[in-house]
Amino acid sequence: MTFEQIIFYLFSAVLVAAAVGMVTVRSPVYAALCLILSFFTSAALWLLLEAEFLGLVLVLVYVGAVMVLFLFVIMMLDLNTDPLKEGLVKHAPVGFVVAAVIAVEMILVLQSAPFQIATPLNPAPANNTEALGAILYTDYVYPFEIAAVILVVAIIAAITLTLRRRPDSRKQDISQQVQVKRADRVRLVKMKAETKEQA
Amino acid sequence: MNIVIAMPEIFLLSTICLILLLDVFLREDCRMITYLLTQVALLATALLAYGAMDGEKTTGLNGMYVRDDLAGVLKISILLLTFVVFVYARKYLKDRTIWVSEFFLLGLFAVLGMLVMVSANHLLVVYLGLELLALSMYALVAFNRDDGRSSEAAMKYFVLGAIASGLLLYGISILYGLSGKLEFAEVLTYVSSQNVLENIPLLFALVFIVAGIAFKFGAVPFHMWVPDVYQGAPTAVTMFLGSVPKVAALAMLLRVLAESMGAAQPGWAQLLLVFGLLSVFLGNLIAIAQFNLKRMLAYSTIAHMGFILLGALTGTTEGYSAALFYTITYAMMAAGGFAILILLGREGFEAETLDDLKGLNERNPWYAFIMMVFLFSMAGIPPTVGFYAKLSIIQAVMQAGYLWPAVFMVVMSVIGAYYYLRAIKMIYFDKPEQTAPIQAELDFNILISVNGVLMVLLGLFPSALMGVCSAAMVASRL
Amino acid sequence: MMEILANFFGAFLPEWMVTLLIILIKVVAIVLPLILLVAYATYAERKIIGFMQVRVGPNRVGFKGLLQPFADMFKLIFKEIVIPARSNRFLFLIAPLLAMGPAFAAWAVIPFSDGMVLADVNAGLLFLLALTSLGVYGVIIAGWASNSKYAQLSALRIGAQMVSYEIAMGFALVGVLMASGSLNLGDIVRAQSGSIFSWFVWPLFGLFLVYFISGVAETNRAPFDVAEGESEIVAGFHVEYSGMAFSIFFLAEYANMWLIAALTSLMFLGGWLSPFQGLTFLTDMPVLGRVFGDGIHWLLLKASFFMLLFFWFRATFPRYRYDQIMRLGWKILIPITLVWIFAEGLAIALGWKPWL
Repeated sequence: MTFEQIIFYLFSAVLVAAAVGMVTVRSPVYAALCLILSFFTSAALWLLLEAEFLGLVLVLVYVGAVMVLFLFVIMMLDLNTDPLKEGLVKHAPVGFVVAAVIAVEMILVLQSAPFQIATPLNPAPANNTEALGAILYTDYVYPFEIAAVILVVAIIAAITLTLRRRPDSRKQDISQQVQVKRADRVRLVKMKAETKEQA
Repeated sequence: MNIVIAMPEIFLLSTICLILLLDVFLREDCRMITYLLTQVALLATALLAYGAMDGEKTTGLNGMYVRDDLAGVLKISILLLTFVVFVYARKYLKDRTIWVSEFFLLGLFAVLGMLVMVSANHLLVVYLGLELLALSMYALVAFNRDDGRSSEAAMKYFVLGAIASGLLLYGISILYGLSGKLEFAEVLTYVSSQNVLENIPLLFALVFIVAGIAFKFGAVPFHMWVPDVYQGAPTAVTMFLGSVPKVAALAMLLRVLAESMGAAQPGWAQLLLVFGLLSVFLGNLIAIAQFNLKRMLAYSTIAHMGFILLGALTGTTEGYSAALFYTITYAMMAAGGFAILILLGREGFEAETLDDLKGLNERNPWYAFIMMVFLFSMAGIPPTVGFYAKLSIIQAVMQAGYLWPAVFMVVMSVIGAYYYLRAIKMIYFDKPEQTAPIQAELDFNILISVNGVLMVLLGLFPSALMGVCSAAMVASRL
Repeated sequence: MMEILANFFGAFLPEWMVTLLIILIKVVAIVLPLILLVAYATYAERKIIGFMQVRVGPNRVGFKGLLQPFADMFKLIFKEIVIPARSNRFLFLIAPLLAMGPAFAAWAVIPFSDGMVLADVNAGLLFLLALTSLGVYGVIIAGWASNSKYAQLSALRIGAQMVSYEIAMGFALVGVLMASGSLNLGDIVRAQSGSIFSWFVWPLFGLFLVYFISGVAETNRAPFDVAEGESEIVAGFHVEYSGMAFSIFFLAEYANMWLIAALTSLMFLGGWLSPFQGLTFLTDMPVLGRVFGDGIHWLLLKASFFMLLFFWFRATFPRYRYDQIMRLGWKILIPITLVWIFAEGLAIALGWKPWL
């Protein structure tokens, strides 16, 4: 067994354990942490496959930003998840059926022609960040731009739905504060030196 | 790479960005400029789309984009309908002092999403266009955020819409796994080489994709969101949601099912037959029990969508053209119908129940007449265009050999006519419950009159629009 | 040298263990000096701020107080770790490790000199971004697990702050990678070779400022240290920590400061490259040439300068108010980077590359 294989099995085991834990643990904070761990280990697995861009971006975006905000919300809310868990046994059969159907479909699809190849069609590029960038900005530039527009819409929607200007809120105009000059705050007054008699 | 081919979309996107930036710096009392620019952008884009119609079918942007006459017709109808809807919506927003420029901006983004869908030549692009449309719509439904019902509707729409997108995406991914392709022509080559009804994974893919599309149409059994969203959303948004995106949904159906999986027609036709018949049946029946006008129109939409699905399932040029004709004219009447609702409401009062229609004739005979035309048209009574639209669909269905479904459609249309006629009875023969004067500005009046008169004119001379529809289908080899 | 070691171990160990051992040795070779640097950074901070405030600073333990860091360390080691009542014991104890892990792991891709790097990965810059974004977990979890409202408040503040400043930081790095055309840190430094005028700090001056300011904010140092905010929330996320657990947070903070300092020098000031590059009469001198030539000492010198800036800020600036921090991040730093990147892209597209 090579070093890489050992690492692979180690990470895979952690990944599976974390994924199972995410579904089964009681505390929502632990569940979120398990999810983070599984993201992290899958990123490590991708790194092993030399898909470094995808792996690192998974960590950067999901672990570093999305899950932080997730955790944020979970910590702020006093979640009582017991009512959610009550149906676990009741709903489990349905869940298993759906899982089984999806598994069967995936197996059927994986047997199709495009997956029956022994060697990669193209040699893996040495620097896949560069390769991905090159293909995204040429062949796939149209969908890429549309995806960017979708993100803009998301920002606009979020701002529209949350930004409120309350006329009664007391709020500072910071740029005004920053632009303040000495003359606005301090007045230098010339005074004659006091003599002993005056004091 | 020839990016000029996507000129209408590029132009629209650039204009949106410009308006977005400009709007930030506009003073509160100059917000009208945003609206005017929006309308100019829509018209200019329509002109560009018209200029791009040359009877050829050209693909570009690495095979992701297609420019043909079908796309041209769909784009022009989307843009013009949006123009009309925005004129109507302006009154709603102004009356209720919830004037926000984001309404128009998000609307423009939704239009951009629809244009992308219409011109898609790649499953990935279809999906992205759909998401662009859907995301803008979710925000629009919720945009009157102080209204609890509006937020609830947006939440329902969002959750169900996300599931539908998931279904569609899952279907697309199975199809991709099987064929290794996403471009329509290549998918078609793969599907043509398969025996569709025997290939289980392909059937799975088909079911998921059809389910995703049916959700966007709001066809039974994926119709649950329609009444709640129609009722909860601000009427201006309901009007937009209930008219223009239907054209885009038909475009998606034509592109994904007819174009890329035309060879699988025997497979998806069965599904569409079931969905279509169920929609026509349930939509018409449940609408009878509704006293909320918006809910009633929602169920009527479901029934109409059933007609469109039935027209499209034939897989013939006649069927597709009939469906296209039906969709465009339906979008016109739906926009008009909701516009009358906007007219009846005012600040602090929403016209929502059937009772609000009572005695409209006494209050304003002209609006009452127009509303009657819209309702006649929805019911499919001659000489309005609704009659011809239904007729051409039923003809196409019969020609394709579906005799009993055609008979069933006729029967359900007759049943459905009941609730439209009930509304007309209330307009003309009941005493008014509201006495507030109904008034609108000149642009609104002109457009609603033109809209109403068109319903009759198109009914009398349908061949003009029908000719455009079938020519587009022929040019796009559908 | 590593080959000799590999051959030595290879004689009696399986292959994978040799790989592991070699990596471990390299890790120790980086971490031990780093810890020493951290220890003396605390000493330097106290001395420098003392000087600025006209005090003496530590001067009792050892010559001029030079052994002070060790005295502190021994004190902390022997202190009891108090675990607050009704806190989450497991998370409480693991949080400091989560803070320290990324702070040390990031050093794996730092090239100390040409070729002197533990892992010469292609996407080094991305790796760094990913790891710095992980550091926030230690703090958030510590804040939550402590079962204290001050800690919780601090965790929320820091979470929002770090996520916000990461964006500006990431954009600044985008500018660097556009200029160098590579994500590999070694290549980024090599792209700056030539003379002192080919360092990226000149064409990317705005991004350099943004990067360093965001770096200060990312490490929660003054004037962005609202997460600690003694005057409002006592000591923030580590208010309940004592002994070694506390000192690990301390270690992580200073390791992060060194990291930011080293990264700023690598990406904008030519890392190990000598400022006298190109001046052959200096670099060709027999003995002094090694001093004037490229080497790890220049990286250390540049990083130390930024450490000095860290201390200087702390002695000079009053603490930002929270909304001002957010405003600075979102409304000033991010727009600056966006405009700068746009202009840079334009310059590259038009073929003006003054730095190449």
